[in-house]
Amino acid sequence: MTKHETDEATGVDTTGHEWDGIKELNNPLPRWWLWCLYLTIIWGIGYMIAYPAWPMISGATKGVLGYSTRGEVAAEISRFEQQNADLRESLTQVDLSLLKDDPDLQRFAYANGAAVFRTNCSQCHGSGAAGGLGYPNLLDDDWLWGGAIQDIAYSIDHGIRNETDADAHWSQMPAYGEVLSSDEIDSAVQYVLQLSGGEFDVEMASAGAVIFEEQCSACHGADGKGSRDVGAPNLTDAIWLYGSDTAALTETVTNARFGVMPAWGQRLTRSDINAVAAYVHGLGGGE
Amino acid sequence: MSENQSLYAPQVPIFPRRVTGYFRTLKWWIMAVTLGIYYLTPWLRWDRGPALPDQAVLVDLAGRRFYFLWIEIWPHEFYFVAGLLIMAGLGLFLFTSALGRVWCGYACPQTVWTDLFILVERWIEGDRNARVRLWKADWTLHKWRLRITKWIVWLLIAIATGGAWVFYFTDAPTLLRDLIAFEAHPAAYGTIAVLTATTFLFGGFMREQVCIYMCPWPRIQGAMMDDDTLTVGYREWRGEPRAKKRLESTGDCIDCMACVNVCPMGIDIRDGQQMECITCALCIDACDDVMDKIGKPRGLIDYLALSDEPQERAGQAPKPILKHILRPRTILYTFLWSLIGFGLVFALFIRAEIDLTVAPVRNPTFIMLSDGSIRNTYILRLRNKHGEPREFRLSLSSDEVLRIDVEGSQTNLVTVAPDSSTQQRVYVTARPQDAAAQQSHTDLRFWVEDVISGERAFRDSSFDGKDK
Ligand code: SF4
Ligand code: SF4
Repeated sequence: MTKHETDEATGVDTTGHEWDGIKELNNPLPRWWLWCLYLTIIWGIGYMIAYPAWPMISGATKGVLGYSTRGEVAAEISRFEQQNADLRESLTQVDLSLLKDDPDLQRFAYANGAAVFRTNCSQCHGSGAAGGLGYPNLLDDDWLWGGAIQDIAYSIDHGIRNETDADAHWSQMPAYGEVLSSDEIDSAVQYVLQLSGGEFDVEMASAGAVIFEEQCSACHGADGKGSRDVGAPNLTDAIWLYGSDTAALTETVTNARFGVMPAWGQRLTRSDINAVAAYVHGLGGGE
Repeated sequence: MSENQSLYAPQVPIFPRRVTGYFRTLKWWIMAVTLGIYYLTPWLRWDRGPALPDQAVLVDLAGRRFYFLWIEIWPHEFYFVAGLLIMAGLGLFLFTSALGRVWCGYACPQTVWTDLFILVERWIEGDRNARVRLWKADWTLHKWRLRITKWIVWLLIAIATGGAWVFYFTDAPTLLRDLIAFEAHPAAYGTIAVLTATTFLFGGFMREQVCIYMCPWPRIQGAMMDDDTLTVGYREWRGEPRAKKRLESTGDCIDCMACVNVCPMGIDIRDGQQMECITCALCIDACDDVMDKIGKPRGLIDYLALSDEPQERAGQAPKPILKHILRPRTILYTFLWSLIGFGLVFALFIRAEIDLTVAPVRNPTFIMLSDGSIRNTYILRLRNKHGEPREFRLSLSSDEVLRIDVEGSQTNLVTVAPDSSTQQRVYVTARPQDAAAQQSHTDLRFWVEDVISGERAFRDSSFDGKDK
């Protein structure tokens, strides 16, 4: 039971609430406080009319101002697109080899390219561009089809070994399982291990050298350093796209590999391609 | 609840009377200085060279810089602002525990602007009695004229107040020109409108209501005061029994109501310390004036400490003021306040004009190059706080053999534009045979050196090798 009483010192009634002997006085609110309440109610009604408010079965009431957060985002995006229209145009026209002489455009290309990369490229090459088994690492200095900025742009534009772009990089390693015996393949693998500085069987490798000379050197070169004209990897370096152990190498020689990349020219604008080429080139491996 | 108590109380109009005296004069000065600082500061100029704004005090939100005379604060140095806010807080604690609500009585914008508005009111409508009469009068042409004049002057002050605020955030002369030409950003007009409205409303109409009902500070202040706090009070043992007619047995209070009539909060200080009292001390001036006239000593209403009451009642001298002020609490507040103050000044002096931060790229942690070398990538942010472009040389030091390369440069030199920062990708490489390539971690230190001045700064980071 709460007990109402009148406080002696102030002449104000108590609310009847008491904590540890401290009683709450029931002082009246100022009248303007009440007006503020009415004002907020009026404001609230106005707000409900002006802005989306009431949940209905399919969506909410629209509000007479027609405001939507999606609309706001769209407006922001188009504002930025207008702002960047000139830069985008320059990036479409630019001679990529001269991009580094225009720091403002280069900065725009990096930022734009990073976004394009994350949206389109990171699925295979990884968000940090470090690639994975079968998907080249774009940070290192090893390039199958060339690491100059124009080469990178070409690879992105036309893609690799795809059916959709006649200008795509193209080459195909034979599946040597159908050509060589498994002993011959084993020997060739030992020779490749020798080329790349790995541990190898001396006897098999010398036999393998002959097979390599006959079968592989046309593309990978007599010294095994590969050829960018046909996207043939350098076999003497430390980087292996499909793994460097005997099993992986045997698999590669027996069944061959056939890495495909889409022709992004069919999906992205010229300026986006230039941007992402500049971005990839600037990741540390660019030549 | 009894029948006669309403749930809502109407605002009781207050007509503070003009008063003169020591505290009133002090308050005029404080008003002149604080308002002067507020209105004029944005117009002060300070030459920082061609690349930087020449406004002495500027909060450049878009450029993310805060300029205060020769000091320039970058976003990463926000701790200076935080430190100043803590000092402001501790300063309020200190003053409140020593002198009660001095902030409220003298320095709070609510008090200062209300004072100014009351001054205008008095100039236009006359002093207390005239204002009371006017308030009771019917709405004649005369009353309308006075009221509207007053409101217009208030409104002008309010516009100037709201206007001055926005000048702190962008170049004042330019903004003023744009404002007049109706070309300024809508946010500027919006801000001015809101601040004009609040100034007009709070200074003209809400006044004591703000302090009593809206402001949280009085509630907090209560917790910082104790019996030794000096605050405005009435020497009831000297004044009572009050009487208009003076007899042998009466006290010094002649019940002239001077102290009540001057009070901007509309209270009677003789009722004791009250929540409403902002300790503006005007009742002291009013009462001293009366005491002078009737030939009694001043100080019937005075700055008092509760702890002195027993001595004073017994006719003994109160504790000296210094003893009231110097107590563990105020000393502690002063100590903390100065500690942070010294810390900030110290931080200001050791602040380097060049600066770098290092973010190691950890996606991936490292990569292998075709010759088997191991490479880590770092993103360095270089800051040039000078007013001209500077060239920086990047280098590193480590116990192991490591090489540094800068993206897009053969020279390890990076130029940073004036008063800005640049992000630079930097590569660190360990040859296959080097220890750093083999072990999991190698400590390293990045150095940045101003090519011209030789100023240097460093940041430590680490290099990830193959051994996971
Ligand atoms: S009560 Fe609040 S608004 Fe009033 S003078 Fe004190 S701090 Fe200012
Ligand atoms: S009681 Fe005195 S000190 Fe307090 S608000 Fe009124 S005039 Fe100011």
